[in-house]
Formats: sequence, structure tokens, C-alpha cells
Amino acid sequence: MRLDERGFAEVDDATRDGVDPPYDVPDYVGTRLRAPKQPLVILPATETELTGPAYGESAVEPHDADLTRQHEGEPLGQRIVVEGRVLGSDGKALRGQLVEIWQANAAGRYRHAVDTHDAPLDPSFSGAGRCLTDDEGRYRFVTVKPGIYPWGNHPNAWRPAHVHFSLFGRAFTERLVTQMYFPDDPLFPFDPIFNSVRDEAARGRLVSTFDIELTEPDWALGFRWDIVLGGREATPLEDGHDA
Amino acid sequence: MPDALGLTPSQTAGPYLSIGLLRDLVPTELVDPGDSRAIHVRGRLLDGAGEGIPDGMVEIWQADPGGRYGTDAFPGFGRSGTGGDGSFEFVTLKPGPVPWPGGGLQAPHIAVGVLARGLLKRVVTRLYFPDEPDANEADPVLAALSPSQRETLVAVPDADGLRFDIHLQGAAQTTFFAV
Repeated sequence: MRLDERGFAEVDDATRDGVDPPYDVPDYVGTRLRAPKQPLVILPATETELTGPAYGESAVEPHDADLTRQHEGEPLGQRIVVEGRVLGSDGKALRGQLVEIWQANAAGRYRHAVDTHDAPLDPSFSGAGRCLTDDEGRYRFVTVKPGIYPWGNHPNAWRPAHVHFSLFGRAFTERLVTQMYFPDDPLFPFDPIFNSVRDEAARGRLVSTFDIELTEPDWALGFRWDIVLGGREATPLEDGHDA
Repeated sequence: MPDALGLTPSQTAGPYLSIGLLRDLVPTELVDPGDSRAIHVRGRLLDGAGEGIPDGMVEIWQADPGGRYGTDAFPGFGRSGTGGDGSFEFVTLKPGPVPWPGGGLQAPHIAVGVLARGLLKRVVTRLYFPDEPDANEADPVLAALSPSQRETLVAVPDADGLRFDIHLQGAAQTTFFAV
């Protein structure tokens, strides 16, 4: 990438170190009328980009992190613990980070007016959670394993099981919305969203690992998934001047 | 940074983002609408066919009128889902100018992020104010853009506020930034 003397450049598709998917992925039909086609303009990081919202203890209630305890009854499905750390690319633990998640129920149905999949809603499951990371950057949710569900992208299209995650990071540039997958999902080869991440190693970082240590005997299976946040400031603009 | 950890990639927020993100926590009204300084920012999120996007979310991040970010009195972060016609709306305060890293000031602006089904990663743009012609003229970000790119970033005066439509694609595409 070349930058002019003021630090501006245009790139066709500015990815963070080649990690993120491009916008334009025709196999994912939803991108066709929504992917921007004009080059992104690179912004030098100013105070606007280097700051961001922060949330404290008042943003979360204890039951927010346990999606199996948000109703009178317990949801159906495989009870799971999902735990991991939120880290900067330098390995630093990001503490006090608000983590927001949402997911389908065990039958593969979202509690949403637009989801018309012929699978049952669960009156005991809303599918939304949030928590703050602790001093070691750790988050922990208790939920049920989301079901695999069909979607209309192409004939016989099914989404691999996933949980949506939203994170803020330390700055507006570090904001990340992504999906966590489960190990060895048979739908991986067929999913254009998962495969929109072109780099195999990066794609692998979307997949949680089964962790017997995290598994609670006689109660819940454990899956571990660390999240690493970083904006473009992780690769300083000065690098471009040397190019 | 040879030892840097690999970043976690982005994935689309999908069509059901409202379940997790449009709850009770983050407001569309960053300030009481009764505040004498309150401004309404309204717009539509539009696809390449000019159709409204009904399942998207717009986030804004901005300084307070004094140019300070993240104060207790004005946290400066808001979220609006989009309606059936792609419409979104915020009630907020006009931010003050904020520093430019090379010295001087940036024109008042609001950082805008958009998430939706069909967007594999967030798009980011900026809203500038139409009643700041001199500051906009001197703004280093706007100055680096072509007139047609610049035009997509300046909101349009409306009855009781500002209109800021976001075109994801097409001849009128909004200028998006890599941040």
C-alpha cells in the first residue's frame, strides 16, 4: 500500500493484515447488492478512531451471562460453557470489555420475526447474552449448543452451528462483530460465510476447541475460544511510507 | 511484531443482529430530545438497487460539544436499528472540533459504523455538518477526497435536524474508510 505525505491512501479492499473477508463474496448472495464497490479510503488514526465507548458493571446483570437461566424453565438442548480470553494482538488481556452474544436455539431457530425456519421456538430460550471480561480478559457464558439451520443462499444451504459475538476493543478501530463456530462441523466446506475468510489459519481462529478441563462433570460441555482484537493501528501507517 | 497473535476475523452480523445488539443498553437518543441543543439525525440505509435495508444497524461515535470523547455526562455512543424502509434515527448533540494528529483541528464530525446481513465486515464512514463550510473546507480528511466523495459525507439540512443517507453500493455510494 502506498500513502501520500499526509498518510492517505486508497486500497481496493483494506483488510486487517489479510485477516478479514473482502466485502464482495458473490457466493454469499447477500453481498451482491450490499458490498461497497468503490475503494476504501484509509484514514490516519485520529482521536475519533483511537477512542471508543466503555461499559462498566452497571451494563450487565448476573443472569445476562447464563442463557439457560433467563426464564422460568430451562431450555432444551446440550448445555455448554463457552469461555475464553479477549486479548490485544500483543497478548495483553483486555479487561472490562463488554461481550455481547446472540444465537439460535438448540433446534436452529432464532427468536426473531424474520426467522421462518420450520423448527420450534423454545419458550425458555431468548438467545441473547452479555458479560464483562475479568482482570485476565476472560469471559464466560453458559448456554445451549445452537442448532444448524437451513438458509436460502443456495439449494440445500445450511449454516454451521455458530454463536454471534460483538466486541468493542480499546478503540473505534478495534470494534469486531464475528461468529464463533464449533469444532469439526461438517458444514464448513459448504458455507460461503465461513469460507469468506480466505486465509486458512485465520479461518481456523473462528473455531472454538472442545476443552475437557472446561467441561463441568454431569452438567455441561466446555468450549474454549479466545478473541484477538486489533485495528489497523497494529500495523502503523509509517510502514506505508517505507514502501 | 513477529510474535503478534493472529487477529480474529470478522463475520457478518446476519439478519438477526437485533436479538443481541438492539436491546436496552445502547441508546438511539444520546441526549434528552427536550435538550435545547438536541439535533435529530435521520437517514436511510440503502442497497445497490436503491432499496432500503430493513435488517441493518447503524452505530455512531462522537465527541461532545467541547470536542471531548467519552465523558460521563455524554458518553457519545449510539445505536439504531433500521426500519422496514431502511430508516434510522438518532437524537444527539453537535460535536465540537477535535484535534488532527499533525496539529490543527478537524471539522466537527460523527464516526458512523454500519453492520448488516450481507456485510462480512463493518463499513465505516463520517458525517460532517452542512453549517460548517469553513471548517469543512479546512478539514484534512475532506480535503483528501474528491468533490463527489466529499459530497457523500456532508449531511443535508432537514426540518428539525439533519438527513444522512448511507448508500452501500451504486453510483451514489457513500465514501467508506479503512480505519
